[in-house]
Amino acid sequence: MAAGFKTAEPLEFHRSFLKENCRPDGRELGEFRPTTLNTGSISTADGSALVKIGNTTVICGIKAELAMPAADAPDKGYIVPNVDLPPLCSSRFRPGPPGEQAQVASQFIADVIDDSNIIKKEDLCIEKSKLCWVLYCDIMCLDYDGNLLDACIITLLAALKNAQLPKVTINKETDLAEVDMQHKSHLQINKHPVASSFAVFDDEVIIVDPTTEEESLATALITAVTDEDDQLCAFHKPGGSSLSAEKLQDCISRAVTRNREINKLIDKVTESMKSSK
Amino acid sequence: MKHAMMELEISSPVLREFGSEQSLLSKPDGSATFMQGDTSVLAGVYGPAEVKVNKEIYDRATLEVLIQPKAGMPSVRERTREQCVRETCEAALLSTLHPRSSLTLVLQVVHDDGSLLACCLNAACMALMDAGLPMSRLFCGVTCAIDAESRIITDPTAQQEKESRALMSFAIDSKEHNVVMSSTKGSFSVKEMQQCIAVSQKASERIFQFYRDSVKRRYSKIL
Repeated sequence: MAAGFKTAEPLEFHRSFLKENCRPDGRELGEFRPTTLNTGSISTADGSALVKIGNTTVICGIKAELAMPAADAPDKGYIVPNVDLPPLCSSRFRPGPPGEQAQVASQFIADVIDDSNIIKKEDLCIEKSKLCWVLYCDIMCLDYDGNLLDACIITLLAALKNAQLPKVTINKETDLAEVDMQHKSHLQINKHPVASSFAVFDDEVIIVDPTTEEESLATALITAVTDEDDQLCAFHKPGGSSLSAEKLQDCISRAVTRNREINKLIDKVTESMKSSK
Repeated sequence: MKHAMMELEISSPVLREFGSEQSLLSKPDGSATFMQGDTSVLAGVYGPAEVKVNKEIYDRATLEVLIQPKAGMPSVRERTREQCVRETCEAALLSTLHPRSSLTLVLQVVHDDGSLLACCLNAACMALMDAGLPMSRLFCGVTCAIDAESRIITDPTAQQEKESRALMSFAIDSKEHNVVMSSTKGSFSVKEMQQCIAVSQKASERIFQFYRDSVKRRYSKIL
């Protein structure tokens, strides 16, 4: 019976739950799905992490390469994020060139990296206008069940924390780079941004961490990114139903507490990885 | 007390001179240009027309937004802008009145001198009005920049955008003056964002008044 109700009237089905201040999967309106994290999942990458938020699974691998800095920013390295949504993760994605959602997500991640100053790009420079690091951050979704952006930012942050770069020096005589694989060091993480996504139902009810179904039925989606100093790095609301400043304030307050939770989780996982070695 | 001070601060947000012209293209069902200072965007709307089968939505019209940059091909950054404009228009349009049909909104950037997303939104709204499509409300775009001394600059030029610490673009609706769309760059505090929203809401009143005046002027000639 319930399954038939859900298929025939999905919106009415969700409304009947929201009326009782809960959701079909048993969560409260302001509750995130259980979030699990694993770092160093890809042994061949320089840094990696796998995040699960409920069913949504996202993996990030970081590959570091040496390159020449750009002429207009000779003391800066590059961070190149890319979000891939393969057909494997959901039937809504087709093979071929990246679709709009993947492109928008890649751009969003690139903006968050720049705006939050997650890593000082100057730290990636080895020798001014000669040599710098390029960090290719490839983020791939393995299972898509909503809230992609939150998962992407967590996995990116965890992977960057996990990444280790070898020491590189430039030989003065030959003018060639020498890579010392024995001495690896972690990156200096400047800021710890965490994203929190919200969905708006019927122009008024705000729920956090929407699933795919909730995303498709929602009238608006919001993503707020905050760092550990409670500064906003991004407040992205692409459109949909209009909200008052007070409602937006509630979203930000929730995002601030979410930041604490996630940073605690990342620290705990990093700590346990160290002790298990 | 604090509230009174904020009122004072946002009493008259400075906008560059803005203007618009409607129905200037013959082929589209609706067209408009919008100029804010030196920033200028040309918009054309086609529809409701026949829709491709794979894009058909059974209970409402499919809206497609294309943003053409001044030079070169549309890039990933345009995709993000397109998404923002599309979802803002979808919120205002009564697309359920035209099920299984297509609406196409083409925005051609003529010149970019800052506040481009806001200008795109304003041009889009003027073009949708010109096309005579049913809408539940109007919307307008306002960009705010926060400079190094933490001052809020409304409708910044490209130079001011470059020197700013943070940049926020909002779409405000005409009904309750609430936030429909938000897109930000740089990092800022919650209080700064709330101030920028308040400033944008104030500035939006002038743009809505302009919409009203220009429509009134236009139809008073015809009737």
